[in-house]
Amino acid sequence: MTVPIGMEAGSAVRETAGSGLAAVEGGRETVIIGLEVHCQLNTESKLFCGCSTDYRSDPPNTHVCPTCLGLPGSLPAMNRRAVEYALLVAKALNCRVADEAEFARKNYFYPDLTKGFQITMYNRPLAEGGYLDIEGDGAEKRVRITRIHLEEDPGRLVHMGTPDRPRYSLVDYNRSGIPLIEIVTEPDLRSPKEARRLLNGLRTTLEYLGVFDGDQEGSLRVDANISIRGSERVEVKNISSYRGVEKALTYEITRQRGVLRRGQKVERETRHFVEARGVTTSARSKEQEHDYRYFTEPDLRPLQVRHWVEGIALPELPAARRERFTAQYGISPEHARTLCGELRLAEFFEQMAPCGNPLLAATWVADTLQGELNYREMEIGKVPPARFRELLGMLCRKEVTDKAAVEVLRRMLDQCLKGEEVQSPAQIMEKNMLGKTAGDTFTGIVREVIAECGDAVRDYRAGRGEALNFLVGQVMKRTRGRADPKELTRILREELEPQGT
Amino acid sequence: MVRGETQQDPLNAFITLAEIPPRAPGRLSGITVAVKDNISTRGVETTCGSRILSGYVPPYDAHVVDLIRNEGALIPGKTNMDEFGMGSSTENSGFGPARNPRDPERVTGGSSGGSAAAVASGMARMALGTDTGGSIRCPAAFCGIVGLKPTYGRISRYGLVAYANSLEQIGPMALSVADCSLLMEVISRFDARDATMQDRPYLPRLDGDIRGMRIGVPAEFFGEGVDPAVADRVRKAISVLEGLGAAIVECAMPSMEYALAAYYVTCTSEASSNLARFDGVRYGPASDYKKPWHEAFQEVRMQHFGPEVRRRILIGTFALSAGYYGKYYGKAQVAREHVREDYSRLFQEVDLLAGPTMPTVAWKIGEKSDPLSMYLADILTVPANLAGVPAASVPCGTVQGLPVGLQLTGRAFEDELVMNAAYAYEQGVKA
Amino acid sequence: MVSEEEVLRIAELADIGIGKEELPPFTRDFNAILDYFAVLDRVPPGEGWKAGIANVLREDRVTPSLPQEEVLALAEAAEDGYIRAPRVM
Ligand SMILES: [Zn+2]
Repeated sequence: MTVPIGMEAGSAVRETAGSGLAAVEGGRETVIIGLEVHCQLNTESKLFCGCSTDYRSDPPNTHVCPTCLGLPGSLPAMNRRAVEYALLVAKALNCRVADEAEFARKNYFYPDLTKGFQITMYNRPLAEGGYLDIEGDGAEKRVRITRIHLEEDPGRLVHMGTPDRPRYSLVDYNRSGIPLIEIVTEPDLRSPKEARRLLNGLRTTLEYLGVFDGDQEGSLRVDANISIRGSERVEVKNISSYRGVEKALTYEITRQRGVLRRGQKVERETRHFVEARGVTTSARSKEQEHDYRYFTEPDLRPLQVRHWVEGIALPELPAARRERFTAQYGISPEHARTLCGELRLAEFFEQMAPCGNPLLAATWVADTLQGELNYREMEIGKVPPARFRELLGMLCRKEVTDKAAVEVLRRMLDQCLKGEEVQSPAQIMEKNMLGKTAGDTFTGIVREVIAECGDAVRDYRAGRGEALNFLVGQVMKRTRGRADPKELTRILREELEPQGT
Repeated sequence: MVRGETQQDPLNAFITLAEIPPRAPGRLSGITVAVKDNISTRGVETTCGSRILSGYVPPYDAHVVDLIRNEGALIPGKTNMDEFGMGSSTENSGFGPARNPRDPERVTGGSSGGSAAAVASGMARMALGTDTGGSIRCPAAFCGIVGLKPTYGRISRYGLVAYANSLEQIGPMALSVADCSLLMEVISRFDARDATMQDRPYLPRLDGDIRGMRIGVPAEFFGEGVDPAVADRVRKAISVLEGLGAAIVECAMPSMEYALAAYYVTCTSEASSNLARFDGVRYGPASDYKKPWHEAFQEVRMQHFGPEVRRRILIGTFALSAGYYGKYYGKAQVAREHVREDYSRLFQEVDLLAGPTMPTVAWKIGEKSDPLSMYLADILTVPANLAGVPAASVPCGTVQGLPVGLQLTGRAFEDELVMNAAYAYEQGVKA
Repeated sequence: MVSEEEVLRIAELADIGIGKEELPPFTRDFNAILDYFAVLDRVPPGEGWKAGIANVLREDRVTPSLPQEEVLALAEAAEDGYIRAPRVM
C-alpha cells in the first residue's frame, strides 16, 4: 500500500522546508528533508566530448580534450545516449518530460571547473513532477520528485597540506564532463533513515535501468536541504556515500536541535559535510552568495524530446520484480525485497533459483550469503555463481549440512577476496577434514545405519530420545571411533528430520 | 618574440608572424591567408590580443584553419585585434594598436584590424576575421577592403575563442569580392563539433546581375551620428546599384532605437561567462598557486586583462546578476527578437538592405577616449549580429582620402545574394 | 545611479580585482553605459530571442583524448600528472 504525502499537486497545501509551521510529530519536532541526488550516467563518452568515461584506473589528466579542459575555442557537443538515459530515469520515476528543455550556464569560479561555469539545466529542466515509492515503516511511502536534469561533472581536487595549514590543490580533470543526472526531491522525507531508503530506491532503480553503477567510487553525490519545521533551512553539501547521508543528516538534526534548545535561531546557510569527522561545517560567505547568473547556454540547442518517451520501453523495475519473485518462486515478501533491493543480488538469485529449491536459494542468497558479504565488505559481483550453485545443489541433495555449508561458503569467499581460484565445495570439504570430508563419509555411514536400524529410527521418531544414543553407538562402531560423538549426534538429528526446509 | 611595430610589420598587423604551411594543394594554393589571433592554431601561439593568453600554444586547430590549410593556403601569421574582440579600433590590443595602411596615424577599425591591415597593405592576399558586432565589416570599411559577416550558423565556430557565442561568426576578408567569396566557399564546410552550425555550404554565384533586385534603405541607417559626408558617399553608391537595375525602396527599422543597447548587454553578459576560464591554472600565465584561490584568480585577471575587458566583464556580470537580469539581459533578448522581426518584415518587401557600414571614417589613434563613444560607432553593424543575418562591407569610395564602406545585408543563408550585389557594385564602379 | 559600493560588490561577484584609483573612473563609465541601456525600458514586450533549432546531438562514441604530456605542458605547474592550482580551503 502506498501512503501519499502531500499529493495535492497544484493545490495550495505544499510543505516546504522552513515553512514556518510549528508542528510536532510523535513528541518531537518534525524534521523536513529534501535531497538533490547527483548520479554519474554510465555512457561510453563524456556528456559534451568524446573522451572516455572509463577513467578510474588511469593516471590523472589522461581523459581530457580541448572541450572538457575548457581550452579557448572549444565547444560542447551533446551526447545522445546521455539524453536517452535521462529520459529512461524520467519515465521510471513517473516524471513529465518537458516539451522543451534547455541547457544553461551556472557561473561560479573554482579550479576544478574548467570553463568558469558549469553546463547544467536551470529553469527548463528535462522532466518534472514524478515520484518514487520507498520502503516505509509498515506501508510504502511515496516521495515526490521535483525535477530531473542533466549536467556535467567538474574535475577532482586533491588538497595538499593539512586543514590547518593548507598549501595548494592538485587537479585531475579526468572527471570533468562526465554526465550527471540530478534528481531533486520534494521535502517529503522525515528522517535520515527515510533519506537513506530513498537513495537506495533511486540507486536500485537507476541500476535496473542500466544507466548507473553505484559501486563505482564517487558515482553518487548528494546535497541535502534540512530543517526542523518552523526554522530556517540548511543546505548540506558534499555528501558522497550512502552511509554518509544518514550520518550527515543525523549530525545536522542534532546540531539544529541543539541550537534551538539553547534558544538560538538556526541560520539559513550552506554547510559542508566532512565525511572523515562525521560533522558538517559552515561554508564560507563567498559560496553563500549564490548568485550564479544563469543564462541559456548559447553553444547548445534545446532538447525537444518529449515524443521520444513513448518509444522507450522500461525494463522490469524493482517493484515488479519483487512481485514476480513472490509469485514465481513462492519466496517471502521480505526475501523478495532484500533480493530485489540490489540488481546484482536479484540477478544472482535468479541464477540460483533453478537449483531445485528456490526457497532454500532465497534463504541462502538473501540471508547467509548477504551476511557473509557484508561482514567482508564484499560485493555480490565477486562471487562465482557456478561455485555457489554447486553448493546449493549439495544442500538440496543433503550432501552437506547447513553448518558445513556455511564453512564452505566462508572459505570460498575468503578465496575470492584473496584473488585465489575458488575451489569447488567438494574440494573445500575434502581439504578441511574436520567438518567436511569427515562429515561427508560419516553422512554416508549415518545413512547406512538409518537404513539398517529401522526399529531404532521409528522409536526416535516416536519421541524416544534414547534411541538416538543407540544409533550414535552404531555409527561410532562403524567409524572405529574416528567421529566426534557430538557432531555425529547433530548429523543424525538432521538426517532423521523429515525432508524439506 | 618581437612584438609591436617592426620593419617586417610596420603596421603592427600581426601579433605573431609564423609561416604555417598548407597541408594539401587546393583552391587556395599559392594564396596567403592571415588568421585573426582568436582562431586556434595548433602549435602557434593564439593570444586573442590578450596578455592573459600570451604563451598559450593550442594543441588543436580550429575547423576553419583545417579547411584553409587543406585547400593549399599558407598562413603568414596571426593578426592583431582588440583584446578578445572587445573594441572597434584595435587600440584595445594587449600588443599595441594596429595602424591603418591609408593613414598610419589612424585606427584600422576593429576588432579584426590586423586582418584588414594585412590585406589592405598586401601582407596577405586574404584574411580570416571574426565579427561579433561589426568586427569584420568595420575594419574592412576603414581600410578599404571587402569583408563578409556570414549568416550565423554558416561557419563552424570550433576553435574560435568565444567572446559572445550567440552573436559571432568567422568570416572572410579580401581586396576583391571574388576573393572574399572564394574564401567564404572554402570555410563554410560543415562541422558537427559546432552544435549551432547548419549544413548549408556557401555556393558562390557571382554574375553581377542585380536587375529587378529590391534594395531597402532604412532611414535609421542615415540617422543621428552618421557623418553627412559618409552618408552622401553611401547614397551615391546606392544610386550606382539603382543604375545597375536594382529598385531602391525607402523603409524604416524602428528597432534600431534599442539594438545597440541590446547588443552590448548581450555581448558583455556572454563575455563575463566566457572569460571566466582564464584562471592561470590549465594554460596561460600561471596564477600564484601558493595563494588562496579567489585572491590568485583576481590577481591573474587584474594583471593580464586590459581595462576594456574588465569593464565589459563588470557590465556583463551586473546585467546577469540577481535583481538586474530581467531589466537588462532579459530585456535585451526581447529587443533582439524585435530586431529579427524587423528584418523579417523588411525582407518580405526587399531582397537586401543597404546603408553605410560605419557612421564615420577611421578616427585618429587615441581620439576616442571614453568607452561609450566607441560603442556608439557600432550602431550600424550590430543589428545583423543580433538577427544572425549576413552582412558585407564593400568599399565605396573615400571621404577626405579615407575609405568608406557600403553595407549590404541579406536574408539568413542568402550570403550568396549579398556577395553578388557587392560584386555587381564593385564591377559596376570599375566599368 | 550605481554607487562605488555597488561597483565594488559587482567586482567581487565577478571576481575581478579593482584598484582603489580605478574605482571612480570605472563607476563613472559604468553609469554612463547604464544610462544608455535605459533605452531598453522602452522595448515592447515579447517572447525573447530563440534559436529555433533543437536536438542537435552526437552519438556516444569515444574519440582520442590529448596525450597527458601535452596537457601538462600547457599548464605551468604540474605534479605527478596533476595540475597545480591555488588552495581552496
Ligand atoms: Zn574531453
